Amino acid sequence: MFKSLITKLNCVQTSRTFHTTACLNEVRLLSRLRVVDNSEIGKRAMAEGKPPKVICVYNKKHVGYIGDRVMVAIKGQKKKGILVGLKQKQNVKVPKFDSNNVVLIDDNGTPLGNRIHVPIPTILRTILKEKTHSKGADYTKLLGIATRFV
Amino acid sequence: MALAIRRSSSEVFGAAKWFIRRDCRVLSTVPERAEEKPVTPKRERQAVSRVRASARNPNLGLRHAYPEFLPDPNPKWRNSLREKLERSDMLKRRSQIDIPEFYVGSILAVTIADPHAQGKTNRFVGICIERKGCGLRAEFTLRNVVDHQGVEVRYDLYDPTVQSIQVLRLEKRLDDKLLYLRDALPEYSTFSFDMDPEILPEGTPVPVNPVQVKLKPRPWLERWERQELKGVANIEEHLKEKDRVRRELRATPWEKYDLMKQYRKTIPIEDQNDIWAEVNHQLRQLQLTRKTSARKRTFTTPKPQLG
Repeated sequence: MFKSLITKLNCVQTSRTFHTTACLNEVRLLSRLRVVDNSEIGKRAMAEGKPPKVICVYNKKHVGYIGDRVMVAIKGQKKKGILVGLKQKQNVKVPKFDSNNVVLIDDNGTPLGNRIHVPIPTILRTILKEKTHSKGADYTKLLGIATRFV
Repeated sequence: MALAIRRSSSEVFGAAKWFIRRDCRVLSTVPERAEEKPVTPKRERQAVSRVRASARNPNLGLRHAYPEFLPDPNPKWRNSLREKLERSDMLKRRSQIDIPEFYVGSILAVTIADPHAQGKTNRFVGICIERKGCGLRAEFTLRNVVDHQGVEVRYDLYDPTVQSIQVLRLEKRLDDKLLYLRDALPEYSTFSFDMDPEILPEGTPVPVNPVQVKLKPRPWLERWERQELKGVANIEEHLKEKDRVRRELRATPWEKYDLMKQYRKTIPIEDQNDIWAEVNHQLRQLQLTRKTSARKRTFTTPKPQLG
């Protein structure tokens, strides 16, 4: 009894040689996302329990923030998506979600699905408008298929 | 020798305990649940003296209703001039907008001016899961589950873009932070956006909601089992033997006797008296004007008669 307690004590003490803190929940390379639109490929991937993996974040920090474009590996294909809700700590008045949400788009910015079934932060209106160029991809089409803003 | 040391240490311990019961109560902004100890006959006399102390000093009731008026107790960050300026700014803001009394566990509706929203205002309803920060940097976090998706929004209490803060249900919970709602079943943090405000009769104490939430199975965001939570019902059934052993090893039962720790975490009563004497009058005035204006509004608005 006493011996077993000591061994437990020792193992606990030796296992705490490093500092542990809460994780940052950042969207980085190979983090898993949740597809929140009703596109066929997204729905099937989520139903099979194989959510998409980030394989590229299109910014210079390699950490995805809200409204950033990412490339994901989903069901053996490469698709692009926009981050529409993040788990990591957000600024004041910007909602923080319980999961990292992504909406799949094609190269022109047109969403693959036609409905988003979770709330979307209102700040995306401004962010996506700023990211859209007149002759490039139009990301604001994503806002048209949103059902609810918070 | 060893015996002598042990005896003397136990004496010191007893003295510390006595001291805590006697005096420590008065120097605090410690969470309120520390106060609500069951009164045993031994402690009765001290409890009575405590009650008398709080009756003598009505200001002490304010520290739970308006915790952000007390500065951060860390001496590195204290600056009496800045604190004073901040308090006057807070009162100025409070004269512009009604910032009601609320607690962690109350359900709030916050309307902000939002340049990104279509109607230029944004309303969010949720349960307050955390309040922190002192002075103008005071902030609170609301949590709700919208369309089966958990959403949390952090607001600054004295943000000029906040248009109104409405308390839909004024109550407290058993813990002073409800961060475990993130790992609880979603029905415990689901509130409809068109909830009607519930009005308490005047003079009633703020009710404590004794609901105990059920956690989802692991993995969890934090080690809830080590935090001595009162508002969680089913924490034991998710634990393994290993977790229980480690909880025992990590437990710090002596911390409630650590006078210095408590002293460093709180603002002494003398400082608090100065602060409350400074703001008390104006806070009361604001409350009175709110009350009279609310009454006026109810009398003057005629109901449109249709048909």
